[in-house]
Amino acid sequence: MSGARYVADPAECLTRVELDGLSLLFHHPSGMTHIVASPAPQILEALQLGPADGGEILARMRAWYDLEGDEAADAIDARLEELEAAGLVRRA
Amino acid sequence: MRHSLSLQIGPVAFRIGSAWRAPLEALAHLYQGYPQPERICDFTVRLEPERPWRRWLRPSVAIAGDYVLPDAAPMALAHGLLAAEMGMNLQMALGQKSYLLLHAASVEKDGRALILTGESGAGKSTLAALLGERGWRLMGDEFALLDLADGRLRAFPRAVSLKNGAIAVMEAEVDADRFGPVLAGTPKGTIRHVRPNKRALAAMAEPARPALILFPRFGEAAAARGVGQAEVFMRLTQSSTNYVALGGAGFEALNGLVAACPAAAIDYPDAATAIDMVEGLWEQAA
Repeated sequence: MSGARYVADPAECLTRVELDGLSLLFHHPSGMTHIVASPAPQILEALQLGPADGGEILARMRAWYDLEGDEAADAIDARLEELEAAGLVRRA
Repeated sequence: MRHSLSLQIGPVAFRIGSAWRAPLEALAHLYQGYPQPERICDFTVRLEPERPWRRWLRPSVAIAGDYVLPDAAPMALAHGLLAAEMGMNLQMALGQKSYLLLHAASVEKDGRALILTGESGAGKSTLAALLGERGWRLMGDEFALLDLADGRLRAFPRAVSLKNGAIAVMEAEVDADRFGPVLAGTPKGTIRHVRPNKRALAAMAEPARPALILFPRFGEAAAARGVGQAEVFMRLTQSSTNYVALGGAGFEALNGLVAACPAAAIDYPDAATAIDMVEGLWEQAA
């Protein structure tokens, strides 16, 4: 199934710091700080290769990480919606 | 302004102007021994009549200055001292660009700083004031200034604002001469200011390296727990008045602080217990 396609700002727009299992993201264009958990930072990494829908993001992530089962696809769709609400990704 | 007073508090120079003599006299007594600014003041606080004629008729003080909040409430003249203090806080909270401002108390020992932060009523002012009389140097009870350039904490030893029960605790500890007038019936209850001791004033220009962050909470059974770095970061952004305004510089500075300092939340039933807990955690952090 192909869903909505998303795009993220270039990597230099984001400063990322890892703090005990969570990622702190400072989004330079908005000046906002976000505290996110995995897989949100990995989704943003995957989008650095270009616009993608949930399925394509999952395929990109599978190339880098060991992902098990079908739950990953649902998790990615849910995180994409949250990232969109936070202004870290937008519809392509 | 008919009356005015200039004060150097840590790295910040204030000029307080007033339409009335009384609040400035109270302020001058409270801030006895503070250095005079050697340059143009950073912030101006003005205490002026709400309407021109109200200077004579049931006087009421409005707080103004370089930065003004629309809802800075007019106060009875009897609380003019409080208005001046609030005005100084307001100017700092809204106008400070050189430092990341944390709503926190801080004390120093051996060149290292302990930061105490928490909601209003958590007891950080009282705790810092007590530590300042017991071997620590009081750096400030209201704002901790994190230097964006070098990550060190700068002192901002304003008069400590004691509320309600904390007043008697400090009256038992400190000379009567260091106290301001009792301000009853303010929006926060009874308030009395106390001047930091000579050591705090003499060292106000000396920065300190942050070493430990504590989140005290008064009124609970004694307990301490570690706080993870992500939670510390989030709590400190909430306690900062200018984090968002500073943008990337604020992010970097706060990151440096969180990475460098262990942090713990402490619950305490009374001041003596709190001081023992602080000393214990400080030894562990050393």
